[in-house]
Amino acid sequence: MNLITLLLTVVSTTLVYSAPMIFTAIGGTFSERSGIVNVGLEGIMVMGAFSSVVFNLFTAKLFGSATPWLGLLVGGLVGVLFSLMHAVATINWRTDHIISGTVLNLMAPALGVYLSKLIFDGKGQTDVIQRPLANVTIPGLSDIPVVGQIFFHNTSLVAYFGIIVAVFSWWVLKYTRFGLRLRSVGEHPEAADSVGISVYRYRYMGVMLSGLLGGIGGAIMAESITLNFSISTIVGQGFMSLAAMIFGKWNPIGAMGAAIFFGFAQSLAIIGKYIPVIANVPNVWFTLAPYLITIIVLVAFIGKSQAPAADGSTFIKSR
Amino acid sequence: MRIKNIHLGNLWISVTSVILGLLVGAIIMLLSGFNPIENYISLFTGAVGSPNAIGEVLREATPLILTGLGFAVANSAGFFNIGLAGQALAGWLASVSFALAFPHAPGFLLLPGAILAGAIAGALWSGIAGFLRAYFGASEVITTIMLNYVALYATNAIVKGMLAKGDGDYSPTIPVQARLRTPFLEHLTQNSTFHWGILISLAAVIVVWWLMKKTTLGFEIRAVGMNEDASRYAGMSTKRTIISAMLISGCLAGLGGAMEGLGNFQNIIVNTALPSIGFDGMSVSLLATGSPVGIVLAAILFGLLKIGGLNISIASTTPPEIVDIVIAAVIFFVGANYIIRYLGIKLHRPSKPQPPVAANTAPQAAVDTRAEQAAEEGEDNQ
Repeated sequence: MNLITLLLTVVSTTLVYSAPMIFTAIGGTFSERSGIVNVGLEGIMVMGAFSSVVFNLFTAKLFGSATPWLGLLVGGLVGVLFSLMHAVATINWRTDHIISGTVLNLMAPALGVYLSKLIFDGKGQTDVIQRPLANVTIPGLSDIPVVGQIFFHNTSLVAYFGIIVAVFSWWVLKYTRFGLRLRSVGEHPEAADSVGISVYRYRYMGVMLSGLLGGIGGAIMAESITLNFSISTIVGQGFMSLAAMIFGKWNPIGAMGAAIFFGFAQSLAIIGKYIPVIANVPNVWFTLAPYLITIIVLVAFIGKSQAPAADGSTFIKSR
Repeated sequence: MRIKNIHLGNLWISVTSVILGLLVGAIIMLLSGFNPIENYISLFTGAVGSPNAIGEVLREATPLILTGLGFAVANSAGFFNIGLAGQALAGWLASVSFALAFPHAPGFLLLPGAILAGAIAGALWSGIAGFLRAYFGASEVITTIMLNYVALYATNAIVKGMLAKGDGDYSPTIPVQARLRTPFLEHLTQNSTFHWGILISLAAVIVVWWLMKKTTLGFEIRAVGMNEDASRYAGMSTKRTIISAMLISGCLAGLGGAMEGLGNFQNIIVNTALPSIGFDGMSVSLLATGSPVGIVLAAILFGLLKIGGLNISIASTTPPEIVDIVIAAVIFFVGANYIIRYLGIKLHRPSKPQPPVAANTAPQAAVDTRAEQAAEEGEDNQ
């Protein structure tokens, strides 16, 4: 394996593994910026993964090569519906945010397996989808010497899409009226309320955006990596996205960077054996790497990160 | 991310939550074309219909009592220990490894030693998260979740690489004198997997109650959970208290894992997912609102649901996952206890017909309305 091929493999595997977390971490950013802690991202990803796989299996003949992309949309919409449970519980019913998020995580795998057993005659694991999100070579960009070879050959288009979404989300949060209001209800809901901003409405939008992006993230995971749905489709990617969001200091671009870093850690398990220096390390260390790195990163950077001031609090509108 | 201490509710909140959770399960079964009443009946008969079933229910409840207590202790200190599953796994591995390491040791040394090994392993595993929280401020929600996955994959690698014979996915069975299951109990419950671990669980309930209510450490743990700053101002070492609470919590979770290893499985297997006693223990504790006696009752309820749930899929084609959906729904309603209290107040005091408005009664009416509002909002001002 020469250097270019090695780098190409590293970059493309990293992007494939980081794409689900990029989307989910940005989703988490929207939710927490509005003041709602969302540890239910894992559950939202499970529902997104489940619905996209079911959609993909049933409509692959109908929509052809557009199926996986429509599957992302379906995953996102189901994610929105599922996140509404968290929104109602935390915003209106004053549930502790962590408990409500944990309920999503308890509910989603049970519901997913229950429904797949209903749909597929008692099988808790679906068939493999025929129309996955395949790697593509981006025309034009891939002709650039060296860089094009490494970054745009046989790569994950959806990850680049995620990077664009991250930049767009950063712009939305920083420069638009919507973003300013969303941040204001997360920093000081009483002040926002006093100038006539509906705290409830913006918090609903924050949580629903996390449902949309988390659902898309789960759909990407299922449609590009596991290629079917089972209980082990989503194993901690939602929590890693949460960590990526914290590592990224509640900023979409930072969250994206952290997600790519965690994606790299996950891809080590696959590409580790091709990298000469670490080829002899037992495989279990590569499996453990993303989780250990997440802890180390959290410990090393936690002092410097600052959560939105009213994150995790319940706003009660005075009458 | 800030975690507030959860307000402890009363019994009727838990009972209402269970009923509402069962109702959600019934609606889901109806929507998917199953008969909820038949299913709940077969759940009930499957859980209490025979001595064997009762034995299985108690066996299922045994580790849940321990992990539930573990969650409750950490939660008293304002800590959300989601890492129970990983700590239980560490305890499971340690207890089985200990028993396998000394196959010829006498039972009165081997069994307590194996149980202790499990408790210590669980405590060490949760101690990592406690240490990182106390000295670096790292959110225990994230660190314990990550440690769960580390425990899962590391344990699997150890079982496969060191304990299993050949290419197997499980360790050898532990020596007879280290087992918690005995022929006497098997005879009593028609060969169920019921084991003596239940006594350890019940002893732990008493110890934890005593620890939390009667000792200085228990008082400090509760004080730190209520207000960390005030506790520090009063001269308590919050760092030490946080780590102690986390160690006790992990020790109990590790014991729960040892129950699985020495009682239920009698070996350790390569797990495809985290053992369910972790998250179920957390649910048990939330449902019991942290009270030790409540934890026993809630653990038995979960045992009934889980063992009875197996019977659902035997008697009909309903997937057994419906039980997990019910459990998640129950915890949803426990969490949303505000709305239950709110509706409770509404139902207790049905809106009276408005009296004819007279000038001199208006101020009094306004005071009444305000008092009613205050009562509705009361819960979050506690």
